[in-house]
Amino acid sequence: MSHRELDDMLGRGWRKPAFVKNATLRWTLTIGFVAYLIAAFMTIEVSWSRVYEGLDRGLAFVLAFTTPDFVSRWSDIWAGLLESIVMTIAASVVGVLISIPIGLGAARNISPAPVYAVCRGIVAVSRALQEIIVAILLVAIFGFGPLAGFLTLSFATIGFLSKLLAEDIEAMDKTQAEAIKASGARWTQWINYGVQPQVMPRLVGLSIYRIDINFRESAILGLVGAGGIGATLNTAFDRYEYDTAAAILILIIGIVMALEYISGVVRARVQ
Amino acid sequence: MPVFEQDNSQVWRRRTTKEALARWFGWLLAVAIFVYSWQIISDSTTWFFVWDAPRIANDIWTRATPPRWEYISQLGGPIWDTLNIATLGTIIALFLAVPVAFLAARNTTPSALFIRPIALLIIVSTRSINSLIWALLLIAIIGPGVFAGVIAIAIRSIGFCAKLLYEAIEEIDHTQVEAISATGASRWQVMAYGIVPQILPAFAGIAVFRWDINIRESTVLGLVGAGGIGLQLSASLNVLAWPQVSLILLVILVAVVISEWVSAKVRGAII
Repeated sequence: MSHRELDDMLGRGWRKPAFVKNATLRWTLTIGFVAYLIAAFMTIEVSWSRVYEGLDRGLAFVLAFTTPDFVSRWSDIWAGLLESIVMTIAASVVGVLISIPIGLGAARNISPAPVYAVCRGIVAVSRALQEIIVAILLVAIFGFGPLAGFLTLSFATIGFLSKLLAEDIEAMDKTQAEAIKASGARWTQWINYGVQPQVMPRLVGLSIYRIDINFRESAILGLVGAGGIGATLNTAFDRYEYDTAAAILILIIGIVMALEYISGVVRARVQ
Repeated sequence: MPVFEQDNSQVWRRRTTKEALARWFGWLLAVAIFVYSWQIISDSTTWFFVWDAPRIANDIWTRATPPRWEYISQLGGPIWDTLNIATLGTIIALFLAVPVAFLAARNTTPSALFIRPIALLIIVSTRSINSLIWALLLIAIIGPGVFAGVIAIAIRSIGFCAKLLYEAIEEIDHTQVEAISATGASRWQVMAYGIVPQILPAFAGIAVFRWDINIRESTVLGLVGAGGIGLQLSASLNVLAWPQVSLILLVILVAVVISEWVSAKVRGAII
C-alpha cells in the first residue's frame, strides 16, 4: 500500500484548509459580504456630534450603577416588579398547561395528520409573532394592564414549549410506549405511562427555563402598556433618572440570575 | 419502597405518608401562589373592556383588512435599515463576544478567580436585559436612529453569543490541544491551531442563529425610536392606520420566515 496522500504532500508547504471548500463559492460569498458591508455602512447615518454629546450622559448612566437609587421611587418599582412577577407566574402556569395538549398534538408519531397540522399551525403562528407585537394587539383589544401582558406571555409560552415538547416526544424511545400499548392500555393510559415518563424531565426543565424567559420578556411589555416593570423603567429613562433606572436594571439582572441558578439546580435534579 | 399492612394483606404505595403530605402541601402552595397572582391581575383589569373585546377585535380586523398594498413602496428603506441593524449588530457582537468567551471558558481563562467572574457578569447582564431596553437607554444617550439600534442589538447579543461560545470552548477535545502544544507551539499558536478549528463550526452556527434572532428583534426596535421597520409600525399605530399596520405585520412575518429559512439552510450546511 503506497502512501499516496503523504507522497503528494511531501515537499509542499501545508496550508490550513479553508472553511468553505468550494473556491468559487468562497470568493462569491466573501466579495458579496464585503460589498454588502460597505453598502450597509454607507447608509447608516450617524451624527457623531450627537454621539459625542451623549457620551457625558452615557458616563452618567454608567456611574449611576455605582449609586443605584432604590429608595425614592421604591413604591413604583415595587408595584411594577410585583406585576411583572405575577404576570410571569400566571402566564407560565397557564402557558405550560395549554402547551401540553398542543405539544402532544404537534408530535407526528402520536397524533393523526389533521390534529398535527392544526397544532403545528398554532405553534408556527405563536413563534413567528413577537411578544411585543402580540402585546400591542392585545392591549388594543383588551385594554391597558397586566391582563394583556399575561395573555401575551401565555401565547408565547405555547409556541416555545409545544414545539420543544413535540420534538422531544418525536425523539422518544418507541419500545417503552409499545410495551404499555401491548398491555392493553387505553390512549390516556398509554400517554400517561408510556410517553409522559420519558418526556417529563425535559418538560420540567423547559418549563423552568421558560419562566426565566417570561420574566425577561415581562420587563419590556410595559413599554406598550401591557403591565410590568417596563413602564416604570421607561419613565425613569424619559426623566433621565439614571439612578432609578440603574436600580431597576440591577433588580432585573438579579432576579434573572436567581432564576437561572434555580433552573440550573432543578434541571440538574430532574435529569 | 413503602409497604403498608392493611386487612392482613400488604399494600404497596408509591410514596410514604410523609412524602405524600409534603407533595400535597407543595401543590397547595403552588395553587395558592397562582390564585394570588391571578387575583392581582384580575384586580387591575377593567373587565368591561375584556367583555367588549370580541367586538373590538372584530372592529380592528375589519379596519385592518385588506392591507394597504401600495404602502409597500415606502417600506423598502426601513427593511434595508432593519437588515443592517441585525447584520452589523451581530458582527459587532461577535467581535466582542469572542474575547469574552475565551475569558469565560474554564480551560482558556487566564485567571479563574478574577477574570472569569467578570466575563460571566458581562454575559449575564447583557443577556438578561432585552434589546428594547438597551435601545431605550442608547436613545437617551446617543439619540434616536439606526446607530442606536445597531449598538443595542450588539450589546444584547454579546451575552448570548459568548455564553454559547464559551460552552463550546469548554467542550473541546483536549488531546488536539495537547498535540499542538507538544510541537512547541506558543500560547497563541495553540489557540489558532488547537482550539479555533474545533470551535469554528459552533461559532458559525451561533453567528447565523443569533443573526436570525436579531432580524426578529430589530423589526420591533423602531417602536422605541431605534430605526428599522418598527418606526413605520409605531407611526401607523399612532395614527390608527390599521391597513398599514397589517401590511407591516405581514412584511415582518415574511422577513422572519425568510431569515429563519436562511439560518436553517446555513446551519444545515455547516453542521
